Amino acid sequence: MELNQFLILSAFIFAVGVYGVLARRNGVLVLMSVELMLNAVNINLIAFSAFNHNIRGNIFALFITAIAAAEVGVGLAIVLLIYRNLRSPDLDRVEQLKG
Amino acid sequence: MWEQQVVFWLLALAMGGAAIGVVRSNDVVHSVLFLIVVLAGAAAQYILLAAEFVAWVQVLIYIGAVVVLFLFGVMLTRAPMGDDGARLNNDQRGAAAVVALLIFGVLTALLVDAFGGQEIRFGADLVAQGRPQAIGSDLFRNFVVPFEVLSMLLLAALVGAVVLARKD
Amino acid sequence: MLNSVWIIVALPALSFVIILFFGKRLPKHGAEVAITAVAASFIGSCWAAVEWIDRVNASEHAAGIAGFFGKGMMPSDSAQGGVEPVVNSLTWWQSGGIDFGVGTYVDGLTVMMVFVVTLISLLVHIYSTGYMHDDKRYTWYYAGLSLFTASMLTLVVASGTLQMLVGWELVGFCSFMLIGFWWEDRENSRAAIKAFLTTRTGDIGLIIGIIILFTAVGTFNIAGTNAYALQGANNHDILLIASICLLIGIMGKSGQFPLHTWLPDAMAGPTPVSALIHAATMVVAGVYLGARLYPVFYEGFSISNGGINMMALVGGITILVGASLAFVQRDIKKVLAYSTISQLGYMVMALGVGAWVAAVFHLFTHAIFKALLFLGAGSVSHGGTHHSFDMREMGGLRKKMPITFWTFIIGSLALAGIFPLAGFWSKDEILVNAGSQGFELFLIIGLVGAFLTAAYMTRCVYLTFFGEYRGKHHPHESERSITTPLIILAGLAIVGGMINAAPLGIKKFTEWVEPTTNFPKVVHAEFDVPLAVISVSIAMLAIGVMSYFMFRREELTKFKGLTQRNRLARSGYTLLERKYYLDYLYENVIVEGIRTPIARAMYWFNQTVIDGLVNFLGRGAVRVGRFAYENIDQRGIDRAINASANEIGAAGGVLQRVQSGSVQRYALYIFAAVGVMSVALFVLSVS
Repeated sequence: MELNQFLILSAFIFAVGVYGVLARRNGVLVLMSVELMLNAVNINLIAFSAFNHNIRGNIFALFITAIAAAEVGVGLAIVLLIYRNLRSPDLDRVEQLKG
Repeated sequence: MWEQQVVFWLLALAMGGAAIGVVRSNDVVHSVLFLIVVLAGAAAQYILLAAEFVAWVQVLIYIGAVVVLFLFGVMLTRAPMGDDGARLNNDQRGAAAVVALLIFGVLTALLVDAFGGQEIRFGADLVAQGRPQAIGSDLFRNFVVPFEVLSMLLLAALVGAVVLARKD
Repeated sequence: MLNSVWIIVALPALSFVIILFFGKRLPKHGAEVAITAVAASFIGSCWAAVEWIDRVNASEHAAGIAGFFGKGMMPSDSAQGGVEPVVNSLTWWQSGGIDFGVGTYVDGLTVMMVFVVTLISLLVHIYSTGYMHDDKRYTWYYAGLSLFTASMLTLVVASGTLQMLVGWELVGFCSFMLIGFWWEDRENSRAAIKAFLTTRTGDIGLIIGIIILFTAVGTFNIAGTNAYALQGANNHDILLIASICLLIGIMGKSGQFPLHTWLPDAMAGPTPVSALIHAATMVVAGVYLGARLYPVFYEGFSISNGGINMMALVGGITILVGASLAFVQRDIKKVLAYSTISQLGYMVMALGVGAWVAAVFHLFTHAIFKALLFLGAGSVSHGGTHHSFDMREMGGLRKKMPITFWTFIIGSLALAGIFPLAGFWSKDEILVNAGSQGFELFLIIGLVGAFLTAAYMTRCVYLTFFGEYRGKHHPHESERSITTPLIILAGLAIVGGMINAAPLGIKKFTEWVEPTTNFPKVVHAEFDVPLAVISVSIAMLAIGVMSYFMFRREELTKFKGLTQRNRLARSGYTLLERKYYLDYLYENVIVEGIRTPIARAMYWFNQTVIDGLVNFLGRGAVRVGRFAYENIDQRGIDRAINASANEIGAAGGVLQRVQSGSVQRYALYIFAAVGVMSVALFVLSVS
């Protein structure tokens, strides 16, 4: 099998994740899109790990999985906080950065 | 090899479709279900790539824990269940689609340019490399410090999540 | 000890960590840890100083022997009496084959700075046990002081410019933290932010300068950089640009004109902090940088040629600006703050005229007497006016607070440069060097500055200690923990200058501190009796004139009367009171200009200028068209032109939406930019 099959699949999922992060209003959905992007990265790492016959890719993928879990925990806590303060999980209500 | 190819393409189609489902579905719960499909597909891809241990970790952590967290998040924020597309998407969908396509295009062009035509060689050593034994020995021989740092990070995330979400 | 000065640095850092974790549970709430650590550091620095002096003497001895046996016997370096600095370093990290080291670089300058920093810091620590006694963030305060001391020492012993930058930023952060110590008051937190941002502005120059030097030299090493600078004239342009950039960093940190405006506001912090950070140590970091990398400045600004150079000019302007602004302050700490600015101007000017030793010597004496003055001001507010620094509420404290009064007088006289106190020797050395090396302009500035200094200190002392008490409290002398540091500092202010009393043949300071290797051949001017007499008489004259004004009229009214009668005097007073309108320029013009979205400005530009222009051109064209082309529809053209004008206006509106405040909008721009740039890179690399 070609290496590029996996890489391009991963690129596609990454791009879909980018779309989700940019176009979704709900904070939970944005976090899910971030998960898509992280998974795309993982596929990349595993594919290269197999391509180079090097175990390091697997280990990095494990690290990313753990970090993703931490990120979801904190991210959801932030969304909850936004929800509690603004009565809505919508990220476009958060506009205190407005110039 | 053709069996592998068939499986790959089936999985790839399912994953691509489900990924689009995650970001385009008009129901938050459906999005979570689509996400499960993508995550499970990714796990299956890992098995195709002989990364057995990572595949099971993926199933356990992502599908077992992260997705449950998402479901909690959906419930706690009382996200609208049922068909409500207007509230789930913002007004920059078109621009976002253009940017996503741009990124996909440039990534694909780059990958084809860099790795076009290179094959993955499968063999017994690859299978051995994906086993928990090999990963465990490399992880605890060469990556002990990052491993410990990661545990600190998880602890910090735990505390941070509690502090953020606590009602006071 | 010279090889292990890192211990001196590590002790306060350790104390910071201990206080942070256990401070509140300790019997004295952390103060004892901090004081013990700094005291140990101070002992260490004394030990290091003794060892360094031994080393200098041994080397002279060796040079003497070498001279006796003939030059062939000894390596040429030590035959010239060169005392090599003690350098220790280890690799911090490695990247691209370049070592980024941390380490200690110990020579006379380092030892002197370490001594000053630990001494003042120790006294301030002791003083604060009394001054900050009832503060609710007492523990936190001591943690801050410890961290500051550790950072300042890191900066001072640094073996490379990168490590210096780390210390430099850390002291900036500590300064921010301690200025805003009472952050509940909005004024204070604003002052802290202002100080941080203004010094950061200068830091950009510093960072660029360090990068330029690194690119040119190939190492961050101080010794290597200095050796490179002294190599020859072929790299003069690089050195010039680098020294201009570094000078901007000095301007930010050491409060040089025009970046000095943060220093008076920094007085919002607790007074001991002002004494330690904003008078004695952190603000001289800029001067220290100038002294440490002196060969770069010396070659870059061609100081040996004489005449006017940027460094001396900046220092000279700062002397006059700071001294004149000190006149109109009502807050005793602000008088001292402007005085600090002015004295820092002396140091920078001294560096600029090639008087290295004089600059460093003035740094040394100034640290002592200005810390004394600040602590005295703190004592006045502590015991006399109940935490007010307004001189209108003081007066008549001479009898009530005798120790504070006498130590303050000694500090003021030292600052004014009256023989034989500390300030006299160092200021005189600056003046005599400026005069003897073709910098007459700066000699005159220095003398004018001396006059102003003596005059504003007379005003300050009069308003604080003489006349009638104008406050509403019951002034009393401060407790022992406050007066003891004052007495120690006053003693040092009396004798400290003798260490380099040239006419008495004592030149120990020069001998011990001035580097002998990797150093440009600066000329040392000889002590000049007439000049010394002139400068002292100028200071005496100023004191006399001011006292005459003050005592005769008893109140400020005389000065006010003058400004009310005389229009010129009034406008001068207003100009000074508004601090030359610099704050106005920074806050209302520059900051507002940036804060108001740029997009709005563009929108306005589109709406009025371009729109108007297009409409104007359009109308002109229409008029021409009406005569020349009767059959072309006038309204069509008009509409087309208006439409295009509207388009442009709408484009401005689109630009305005860039600052939407929506995080996802920003994310969209980021991803789009990444995509576009990757395409560009890809196209460039493929073709």
